[in-house]
Amino acid sequence: MIQTQNLSKHFGKLCALNNVSVNLQKGKGVSLIGPNGSGKTTFIKCLLGMVIPDSGRICFNDQPILRDSWDYRKQIGYMPQIGRYPDNMRVRQVFDLMTDLRKDSHCGPLDEELIEEFGLKNSFDKPMRTLSGGTRQKVSACLAFLFDPAVLVLDEPTAGLDPLAAEALKAKVLREQQKGKLVLMTSHILNDLEELTTDVMYLVEGDLLFFESVENILERTEETRFAKAIAKIMAQQGKISSTLQRKTIAL
Amino acid sequence: MRIPFFILSLFLVTNLGAKTIQVAPGASIQQAIDRATAGDTVLVRAGTYYQYGIKINKSLTLLGQGKPLLDASAQGEILTISADNVVVKGFHFQRTGRTSITDWAAVKVLSAQYVQVLNNHINHSYFGIYFSDSDHCTARNNTIVGKPSEEQNTGNAIHAWKCNHLSFSDNTVKGHRDGIYLEFVTDSHIQRNFCQNNIRYGLHFMFSHNNTYSYNRFRENGAGVAVMYTRNVVMHHNHFEQNWGSAAYGLLLKDISDSKIEHNTFDNNTTGIYMEGSSRIHLAYNTLENNGWALRLQANCSDNVFEKNNFLGNTFDVATNGGTVLNRFAGNYWDQYAGYDLNRDGVGDVPYHPVSLYAMIVERIPAGLMFLHSFVVRLIEESEKIFPSLTPTELKDSSPLLKPIKR
Amino acid sequence: MRILLRYIAYDILRNRMIIAYTLFLLLMSATMFSIESNPGKGLLNLLNIVLIVVPLVSIIFSTIHYYNSYEFIELLLAQPIPRKRLAFGQFLGVGMALSLAFLIGVGIPVLLTGCSSAALSLVLTGVFLTLIFVALAMLAAVRTRDKARGIGVALLLWFYFALLYNGIVLFLLFAFSEYPLEKAVIAFVSFNPIDLGRILVMLHTDASALMGFTGAVMQQFFGSGWGVLYAVVIMLLWFGLPLWGSVRSFSRKDF
Repeated sequence: MIQTQNLSKHFGKLCALNNVSVNLQKGKGVSLIGPNGSGKTTFIKCLLGMVIPDSGRICFNDQPILRDSWDYRKQIGYMPQIGRYPDNMRVRQVFDLMTDLRKDSHCGPLDEELIEEFGLKNSFDKPMRTLSGGTRQKVSACLAFLFDPAVLVLDEPTAGLDPLAAEALKAKVLREQQKGKLVLMTSHILNDLEELTTDVMYLVEGDLLFFESVENILERTEETRFAKAIAKIMAQQGKISSTLQRKTIAL
Repeated sequence: MRIPFFILSLFLVTNLGAKTIQVAPGASIQQAIDRATAGDTVLVRAGTYYQYGIKINKSLTLLGQGKPLLDASAQGEILTISADNVVVKGFHFQRTGRTSITDWAAVKVLSAQYVQVLNNHINHSYFGIYFSDSDHCTARNNTIVGKPSEEQNTGNAIHAWKCNHLSFSDNTVKGHRDGIYLEFVTDSHIQRNFCQNNIRYGLHFMFSHNNTYSYNRFRENGAGVAVMYTRNVVMHHNHFEQNWGSAAYGLLLKDISDSKIEHNTFDNNTTGIYMEGSSRIHLAYNTLENNGWALRLQANCSDNVFEKNNFLGNTFDVATNGGTVLNRFAGNYWDQYAGYDLNRDGVGDVPYHPVSLYAMIVERIPAGLMFLHSFVVRLIEESEKIFPSLTPTELKDSSPLLKPIKR
Repeated sequence: MRILLRYIAYDILRNRMIIAYTLFLLLMSATMFSIESNPGKGLLNLLNIVLIVVPLVSIIFSTIHYYNSYEFIELLLAQPIPRKRLAFGQFLGVGMALSLAFLIGVGIPVLLTGCSSAALSLVLTGVFLTLIFVALAMLAAVRTRDKARGIGVALLLWFYFALLYNGIVLFLLFAFSEYPLEKAVIAFVSFNPIDLGRILVMLHTDASALMGFTGAVMQQFFGSGWGVLYAVVIMLLWFGLPLWGSVRSFSRKDF
């Protein structure tokens, strides 16, 4: 569904993405993990057209995404890491505005399942500035699913949500995934997204270290638990990089 | 008024055995005049007469019936009067010749007394009505319209040289070099005239003492009104308006002394009143409104008194080019005055300084005018009010009024 | 357009700063016209306030609003709309809201006290200055990532146009007072929209004084419609160029 070829992006001297090539397929739950500043958010922003890559290309349904492309975003629902909305708008008005915005591209009924489950309707007449961080996250999540998009991009989806809401969200993601949608998500808590993840993209300082299915990873590390497997890999990486560092210093 | 006059003249005509000679189109007016004797009336019937160089050398009444048109076809002067007591009334003169050697006019009066030029219409003439060395003459109710081309090609609408006891009233003069021009004219009355769109001055006089100008209106003349080298001028109830330009003045006074300028209105002029080398002038009850500079007072003016005038909505109230102040301001109304009146006697308790620092700056750097009403200028002005250093502190009105004087 | 209007109505017009700004302008207008018996003078006093306050509030509010909406803009960027439209929407949203505030605060009182050409030119100037400084704010904010720095840049821009520039030019006029500067001054004025706005109003309130300039160019500039036309065209450039620049930067930048 989404292919990237040699995607690179630099911010000054900082290398955010370095020749990243992946193929994200329908029905997968792809977790994007890596240390802070490894380029996860940059990768997501490249897909969404918010960051313009230096080189390489991105194809969405075999159509290349150019600087001026925007049509493809009809099929993407995005939940940002931090949701901030115009202070004086009421929740209902945010939904109205977004519905208006995507009215031309979306036909068919709106997916209001999550709104029901979160009980967000009770807060519909509150101004956005009075909402807690968690409630704002709920709004963000609901907006991502509202237009029944083929691709869901969720940046730290469970951060800030209460456990109940987090579970509801995960259940929703799983349902959508089973419908054949592609879900791309980032999280810093490893076991948090375990049940949703089918594939793992691991980024370190802009380099794609691996892009493998969970099964493969478990097999390779001889672990049963996903989190532990990742931790093991991270530890190995750490060793490698620290030995590398030592060698460099010695040289 | 008109009917008794008519009856009177009839009476005179019959009594003195005077006769009326009629001229119809096609006939020569000059021949009719030649046939007449003093006291006769030459009645010119309606129609067009292509005649010029007509000379009146005896005391006749030349009367136009139905506004006959006298057209000189740009060949010369139309009417030259050199006898006393001549009356010219009810004609339409047009197209005098133009030459730089002679001042050809539609009607010229040369060394004659008590001549009256009444109710005529003059257009496309070099000079309109021209009085030379003639006393006790009258020009009333004439309309003189020129075609303003170049200043050299246009004479004055009403021109008088070396005369006394003249009376010019109710004339409308437009599009000439000067509307009304007086040189060495004394003891005369100029009133209720309307001078508009003249290339140079609406009113221009020099060496013309003891004259009174009242209820005239001077509007949109190239350089406004300029009066020079004269004493004992009385100007009242005149209206000077919309004289725009860097060298245009509502009223320019140069070397004028012992005069009165009262109850006049100056509005929308670039400079309302400009005074140079003038002294002992009493300016009172005038209204100066919406002018660029209400008053420009050159430092060589002295002993002038400005009192009970209204200064309203002018960009600058007073500008001066020097520090010494030999003139007196008292009891004027200044709309820019921001003082207070604690004892409520209608007079402000702190003096008003009508010359602002910014006016001084613009005086030196004219381009600084572009910063009018800008924040920087306001800052400069406010600081100058607190610590006056450059503006002449002696130029002040110690008794500024809080309410404008009723007109 | 409907979306934009919704955005303005739902959010910006309910902003406390906008409401305070409107009330402040209303109060100023009311005071100016009630203490001055002469509406012409009231208008000039109001002009002084408009020339300082409108650019300041426009540039600061737009900058703050841009940074505060940053995350929401990001969310909107992920929606199926072209970036250019989003940039225009952001500009128009703030520009229209601030213009509306100005029209209510100054336009209505001014036109109620007398619909003169001077009053109309004051209202026109105010709207122009609002849009110009919103565009300048957009340009500065889009090109500056850091919020504190962006607000700093906005304040500097305001300070420069409202005060510093006039000081510099006045100083130059003093220094070169021996030379004929009349034409140069027209050029100087063109480089500052606040000065242009002032002159647009002055052409109606102080025409008599402006005719005191010598030189045919100046006579023509102030005496005929050319001055107004020139000022309006340059104002349009002042508004168009920063807007074009900010939309260009907006559609090329990384969020």
